[in-house]
Amino acid sequence: MGTLGELERAVMDAIWDASGAVSAYDIKDQLAADGRELAPTTVLTVLSRLEKKGFVTSDRSARPHRYAALGSRADHTAELMHSVLGEGGDRTAVLERFVGGVSDEDAAVLRQLLQRNG
Amino acid sequence: MIGAITWLISQSRAVSEAVVIPHGLIILGAVILGLIAVALAWPVPVMLVRASWPARMPVMSLLLWQLIGLAGGSSMIGALALVGLAIAPRHPWYAMIPAALFAAYLLAHLGVTMFQVTRQRHRHLALLQLLTSPHPTRTRTRVIDETTPVAYCLPRGMQSVTVLSQGLLDRLDPDELVAVIAHERAHVEQRHDLLLLAFRAWRAALPGFPIAARAEAEVAALVEMLADDHARREVHDQVLARAILAVGASGVPGSDCPESESTRMSDRFRRLAG
Repeated sequence: MGTLGELERAVMDAIWDASGAVSAYDIKDQLAADGRELAPTTVLTVLSRLEKKGFVTSDRSARPHRYAALGSRADHTAELMHSVLGEGGDRTAVLERFVGGVSDEDAAVLRQLLQRNG
Repeated sequence: MIGAITWLISQSRAVSEAVVIPHGLIILGAVILGLIAVALAWPVPVMLVRASWPARMPVMSLLLWQLIGLAGGSSMIGALALVGLAIAPRHPWYAMIPAALFAAYLLAHLGVTMFQVTRQRHRHLALLQLLTSPHPTRTRTRVIDETTPVAYCLPRGMQSVTVLSQGLLDRLDPDELVAVIAHERAHVEQRHDLLLLAFRAWRAALPGFPIAARAEAEVAALVEMLADDHARREVHDQVLARAILAVGASGVPGSDCPESESTRMSDRFRRLAG
């Protein structure tokens, strides 16, 4: 996850924060207001990457082209958390969680350990 | 496995050329290999699941599980090859068809599972890029702005990333966080993902075969124990226990699906207390 990843996040944040579809120039201005100066071509490159990944959709009939988010930030967070917290062995192979649920019985065992050692 | 197949094919050639191996010996070999395959498919794994020592020796147990998986698959392929040879001794190439089909079936499942897991990780990484910020001090660690306390790693070889939620950072003291991170780093460094992938593929290849699912659950629990042991070198057992309770105990958001359906996962917690 290099700088390109961080750029994608900044551009996506700008799209999510905007109401409705925006052009690459709107995004460029928005990012400049946040103190990040980018060339328009850079913004367009990042946008095409985001489009390829299925995070934004573009309206190419408009001049300049307008971009909108496919799904809100909350939608994507929900998808991410679902793949983390969801059940089943499918998840186990994709990512490794520190701990899933601890049953009440197991929690009692652990609390006993903590009490015993003060 | 491929080595075994080529070996068998070369053996079968030798058989067809020399025709010195009596037919009875081939049948005997098929029966012996078949018995080994059956033993490794059922009684041996069941014994290992029921034993209590694997919780004390997770490294040894994981080696055994890998051995059982590899030897079980190979003996099954070998038995099929010998059965084929016993039925069609004059056509060794045709005789190898059942064995080759079974081997191809297993390999195909491994390939499909690898493809699926890689694709899911790719999607997950793309989401992480958009939704998480880099941890201010720790490399290859990202923070997601979520109140649910979660910590996990997404294994991708050199690009592996550890993800912590803001809820976790708020809930744990610095020592407990060290325990969590040491645990996750062990998963990444010891490539536990490859083990889990292999056993998931085995389960996918043998649906309706409960032992494969048990084996996968067993390996998943043993891998957690290894990662715990790694964390225990850096923090006291009590600190790790506190971290586990803070993240997984009931009442904590996101803890509503207990992993303790396998007794081995309970062993993970018991061995801390033992």
